[in-house]
Amino acid sequence: MIEITVDGERVPGIEGQTVAGVLLAAGRMSWRTTRSGAPRGVFCGIGACFDCVLTVNGVPDVRACRRRAADGDEVRTQSRQEKA
Amino acid sequence: MTRVVVVGAGPAGLAAAEAALRAGAEVTVLDQSDAPGGQYHRTLYGARQQGFERLLARCDWWPESTVWALETTAAGNAGAADRAAGESAAGDAATGDTGAGDLAAAARAAGDAGGGDLVVADPATGVRGVGDAGAGDAAAAAPGAGGRGTGLRLHVLRGPADGTGRTRHTLEPDALVLATGAHDRTLPFPGWQLPGVFTAGAAQALAKGERVAVGRRVLVAGAGPFLLPVAASLLGVGAEVAAVLEANPAPTVLKGWRFPTRKAGELAHYAATLARHRVPYHLGRTLVEARGDERVREAVTARVRPDWSVIPGTERTFAVDAVCVGHGFTPQPELAVVAGCVLDGGFVRTNKDQRTSVGNIYAAGEITGIGGADAARAEGAVAGCVAAGGTPSPELLRERDRTRRFADRLKAAHPIGAAWPGWLRDDTIVCRCEETTYGEIKAAVADPTTPGPHALKLGTRAGLGPCQGRMCGPTVAELCGGTERHHRPIAQPIRLGELADPKETPA
Repeated sequence: MIEITVDGERVPGIEGQTVAGVLLAAGRMSWRTTRSGAPRGVFCGIGACFDCVLTVNGVPDVRACRRRAADGDEVRTQSRQEKA
Repeated sequence: MTRVVVVGAGPAGLAAAEAALRAGAEVTVLDQSDAPGGQYHRTLYGARQQGFERLLARCDWWPESTVWALETTAAGNAGAADRAAGESAAGDAATGDTGAGDLAAAARAAGDAGGGDLVVADPATGVRGVGDAGAGDAAAAAPGAGGRGTGLRLHVLRGPADGTGRTRHTLEPDALVLATGAHDRTLPFPGWQLPGVFTAGAAQALAKGERVAVGRRVLVAGAGPFLLPVAASLLGVGAEVAAVLEANPAPTVLKGWRFPTRKAGELAHYAATLARHRVPYHLGRTLVEARGDERVREAVTARVRPDWSVIPGTERTFAVDAVCVGHGFTPQPELAVVAGCVLDGGFVRTNKDQRTSVGNIYAAGEITGIGGADAARAEGAVAGCVAAGGTPSPELLRERDRTRRFADRLKAAHPIGAAWPGWLRDDTIVCRCEETTYGEIKAAVADPTTPGPHALKLGTRAGLGPCQGRMCGPTVAELCGGTERHHRPIAQPIRLGELADPKETPA
């Protein structure tokens, strides 16, 4: 078992799961907002659509479906306006 | 010894690697994933795939590798390109939406922009020498010098996906096999931007790779045989599948599947799985809308005619918490495009030896036509063999041709009906990244001040977001009545900080 935090909240996961997999398994369907404020989560699941990007350990725009979650990862949801 | 680089470790790439080894080449295999197999052989983390391990032990195996630029430094264009490189290539690189005049300079000025935007780079125009413009080009521009630098240079980043501090490498192979695969094509429909709408491939990847079900009650819809294994995988991870909907009518589907094929047995197996779980399978019906507030709550389906026009009054609403939609696949030809390979209808054109139109570059698998794993393996074997200087056996060529004919029949059995735009509304999002609507696209098409796809793109921003048209490109082209411009200049995004730091990691 591993544990990551999502906006400060602890979320358990399984070794080898992607960040997207951990979040979906925890019942979270979305973690990003678009320019218009609409929620988004996983769409393509294999790194092509960039809908699922979030911030991992301070680095923004990481595709959650492509990044394996590591124990202790600090994940933040993000919006497109965030990075000015 | 011939050095062959294979990009992509799915069925096509692995077959290419195997064949190139047999033909006596030194082989390097790259993949963005940390495990071989591609989407087709995706397995749980840590699951050992002995065959792949044995094969890759004989290669240089580069997992977690992103080819972000590909230079062709062939003699024909070397002189002019090199002269221009210092002044303009980096400027040209700023196509798309960066608007930066000199990307390289901007990147350098940005210094450590590790927390900044993912930036674009246009390998087609040669991002050569970014950070040290021109240096090293002379050697690469001399074809055949010492067997090195025969005209191809790959720029590679290695490390965790979208991370910072990835290591930077270049490879200069004698021959390159591109086996970069495909991703789902999903046509837009009202509500497809809602969380809870997934591509069929996403559901499959999460089920196969992580034992995660994308929803508790899921509707699977679209076109193509892939919907069946997706439904089976969902059942396998405990989801309830409300229904599987194939938009094409029975006569169309049966026409393609009446020929004897090994695949028919596979289909029968999936059909039995669905039947055992009492999952309805409907032909001539499709998903036309997803509804919900912050996520999918309902799926609206309707019967459609053979051209996929909706038959009014046949709508049916399902209570679901997820939908999986796939309307076939879109090839990922970005590297082939930047290398200047000729495409046919979006697919990389190859000859009987899997050669592309560019010397020393071969293509295999879904980027040459959607044919599934058998076709990919056969094409990969031919490509790897020829790339290594070998001659493929007549049996192998026959197998490749056979699988290609199957691919053609598959296409005929599961076409996209021309009347699908009928289910769009003016406020339906077409470009997911930029939230460009159908109404905006229609208005731009009708507007004489935005003639042609380029102006339309700039006017509506369709295709200019992070995915660079990977999702909406074919759709926008179709709605505009034109052929898709496959010029997606970004092979893979690279961070400003990585672009600014020209240091290569010693091999």
